[in-house]
Amino acid sequence: MTVAERCAVIGVGQTQHASCRADVSIAGLVREAVDRALLSAHTTMAEIDAIVIGKAPDMLEGVMMPELYLVDALAASGKPVFRVHTAGSVGGSTAIVAAQHVMSGVHKRVLTIGFEKQSDGNAMWALSVPLPFGMPVHAGAGGYFSPIIRSYIKRSGAPSHIGCMVAVKDRTNACLNPYAHLHEPDWTLEKAMESPMLWDPVRMVETCPSSDGAMALVLAAEDVADAHDGPKAWVHATAMRSEPTQFAGRNQVSPQASEDCAQDLWRKAGITSPIDEIDAVEMYVPFAWFEPMWLESLGFAPKDQGWRFVEDGVTEMTGKLPVNCSGGVLSTNPIGASGMLRFGEAAMQVMGIAGEHQIDSVRKAFGHAYGGGSQFFAMWVVGADKP
Amino acid sequence: MRDVAIIASAQAPNLVSTTATPVEMLMPVVDQALANAGIARSEVGFWCHGSCDYMTGQPFSFVSAVDALGAWPPIIESHVEADGAWALYEAWLKIQTGEVDTALVFGNGRSSSSDINRILTLQLDPYVVAPLWPDDRSIAAIQARACLEAGIITPQQMAMVAVRNHHHALTNPYALRKGDYTIDELLQGALVADPLREHDCPAHADGVTAVVIAAGDAARSISAARGSRPAWIRGIDHRIDTQNLGNRSITSLPSAELAAAKAGVGNDKVDVAELHAPYTHQEVLLVAALGLVDSPDSSTSINPSGGALCGNPMMSAGLARLAEAASRVADGSADRAVGHASSGPWMQQNLVCVLEGE
Amino acid sequence: MSEEVLRIRTPIGIHYQYSAGPHTSSHLHGLMDGKFIGKRCPSCHLVYMPPRNGTCAKCGVLLAEDVEVGPAGTITTFCIVNVPFLGQTIKIPYVAATILLDGSDLGIQHLIQEVEADEVRMGMRVEPVWRPREEWEPSLSNITYFRPTGEPDADFESFGGHL
Repeated sequence: MTVAERCAVIGVGQTQHASCRADVSIAGLVREAVDRALLSAHTTMAEIDAIVIGKAPDMLEGVMMPELYLVDALAASGKPVFRVHTAGSVGGSTAIVAAQHVMSGVHKRVLTIGFEKQSDGNAMWALSVPLPFGMPVHAGAGGYFSPIIRSYIKRSGAPSHIGCMVAVKDRTNACLNPYAHLHEPDWTLEKAMESPMLWDPVRMVETCPSSDGAMALVLAAEDVADAHDGPKAWVHATAMRSEPTQFAGRNQVSPQASEDCAQDLWRKAGITSPIDEIDAVEMYVPFAWFEPMWLESLGFAPKDQGWRFVEDGVTEMTGKLPVNCSGGVLSTNPIGASGMLRFGEAAMQVMGIAGEHQIDSVRKAFGHAYGGGSQFFAMWVVGADKP
Repeated sequence: MRDVAIIASAQAPNLVSTTATPVEMLMPVVDQALANAGIARSEVGFWCHGSCDYMTGQPFSFVSAVDALGAWPPIIESHVEADGAWALYEAWLKIQTGEVDTALVFGNGRSSSSDINRILTLQLDPYVVAPLWPDDRSIAAIQARACLEAGIITPQQMAMVAVRNHHHALTNPYALRKGDYTIDELLQGALVADPLREHDCPAHADGVTAVVIAAGDAARSISAARGSRPAWIRGIDHRIDTQNLGNRSITSLPSAELAAAKAGVGNDKVDVAELHAPYTHQEVLLVAALGLVDSPDSSTSINPSGGALCGNPMMSAGLARLAEAASRVADGSADRAVGHASSGPWMQQNLVCVLEGE
Repeated sequence: MSEEVLRIRTPIGIHYQYSAGPHTSSHLHGLMDGKFIGKRCPSCHLVYMPPRNGTCAKCGVLLAEDVEVGPAGTITTFCIVNVPFLGQTIKIPYVAATILLDGSDLGIQHLIQEVEADEVRMGMRVEPVWRPREEWEPSLSNITYFRPTGEPDADFESFGGHL
């Protein structure tokens, strides 16, 4: 039976995320994250064996396959450069593909990057280019997901303030994360409930921003990680699942692919009770109501009870299962990077380098990303001990 | 390292253009590849594909491909914004980790959706090169001009490449351009991007290629049941060069040379080499970079399929070269073959795969 | 040079040709005739309108038999859109809903009008309002919007499985 090589995150670096990074070129944005990751990993460009880059549709920047243009900036001449694109989950799936570069035994030190400089193009247009033969009714992702959220609210009987509770939590957490795009310290539940409805039932405060940003990780094989004199987060397990966009009877509130992916992950990681064994969660919540929905889908909370976790403060930084201490996608959303931000922030919690949004004694953390019409899922568990 | 082999493949005939959607193009080819492998969808451990949003004119265009796969119950699937050859590489890596034993990979694209020569301009440096809008032919012509001036290549050599590929394409049911020509008649042709003539430029096409790979025992038992020979991947590597004209020689292909060395091309004889060289001068450069010999006495057959010159369905042309090389090993006409895929201006990125029969 | 150049604007204009593909032909011709034509999956027997790519994504097979559905349907879920964006041609606020046409097993996305946004409900029965015939194209935009039929709401069980 083939056993994969062990792999650890030994370096993490991210940019100052913002709505528009006019101060840097695409290369400059990527290098800001990369330079910090290399520093964090106590390594140099020369020691990197392979580079795995992920980002979302190239229309967002107006550059086709920008990894080709980035070769000089990444000192990648003569190296393998690999480009992943799995829609919104791409940051996560890219980290997984990068981990596979190590776990396969092929590479020792892999640099992986997720980025988006979406202020360079027109993001709303790029995300919903009008195509013939259909009827354009969607106001972007919000218009697609809010009817699904409405279904969850009706089915679970959740009270209407839950979305706002998540939004206030994430935006408040983000104030402890210097890199986050939105720093809005004065949110209260009362103020949030007055936030305008954008796609009823989803309010403006419950909606993610559009950001420029990048995240970079350095992944290392076991011998390199053992020799590394800094903190590390061992990859315990990874999982990915996909399902079709549309078919009769599809459950979009808790897609089968999400449940299957999580079950596969817990099994591989040897986790039987996620709520008890995971110490910190970074999950992909672009619209606040996805927090209770994903808590259920992933197996942290029983069906129709995810919203109680929110209401009871379980997912606060002081709670039993802190979710999105970084502020999450709700506070920072460069699409190509967002998934890797989740995977990387989970690693940072294990490595003890999350600064002011650090949770004490994180032995195992969970990173999650999703994309498309809630159809692509990528997840990992990282831990302080070797798997 | 686990032994992994290409055990089956399927291609769509290259078409100048088709009105089929990507899903309609893909379904029959995926079905055929599975049938050729003799396995059901449910037996595929991992699905991986390559395509390009800018080619399709739609963001997230790969998503509709997932709808062609009968992805229910949910599947393990991933996508690269690159030729399907890189999807094969990702699948090979995943099999090495032990997570899965089999994979189906594919590449698909419709070059006819738009002016592909202009689309490819968008691969260039967005600040100082792309805004000048040099199209793909012009970019390739710059390289051809540099090679001619350096005395590395002659127009006759370029025409010879075209003659050979068009002749080989006569026996390839998938190829788009084919025929028997002489060097002299080709050199009479008008220049389309000096020094390139029509015959020096690829026949852009709409197409799909699907390949099934499997590890060790799974590959052996599946192939035995079909009565065919697995094409074992003995070496696979890919490398990239800088795109910056000032920083690299375009009269050679450093990344192709390096990938070939890492993949171990030179370790033994090469019976067949399927090279993803869209332009004739690039085939000449590639043969040199891979350390192959292209002469009448050489035992290496270059592009018996007619290569990408005679049919270049972008995003699957590279994978098609790997499929063709594997087919030559499978049918016994080659014991050792090289499949190659490329990407980017001036053959910026190169993937080399060495395949052997048992 | 006294001024730094920090940004450049490079317009990109590309023409694309999009194909509906042969397997959605009967559906598109149907729309030119004022009808909703879907297709049935030979494997799971569910009906898709529109028959996206002519395939059942779940079974991975081509859809077969043409089936006429609707014209009326049930709202399974909806949202009230209040945000302006480039490319939007409809006045805000408006209701975008998923409508399960009678006989179809897959909802379509369309607009709801002729009712106050806050009166729209899951389960509401609706019918299409077509543009003038001379404006018809092979597109679901031949229907300007759906409006309430006035019938009692459908039972949750009849559409709950489609949420």
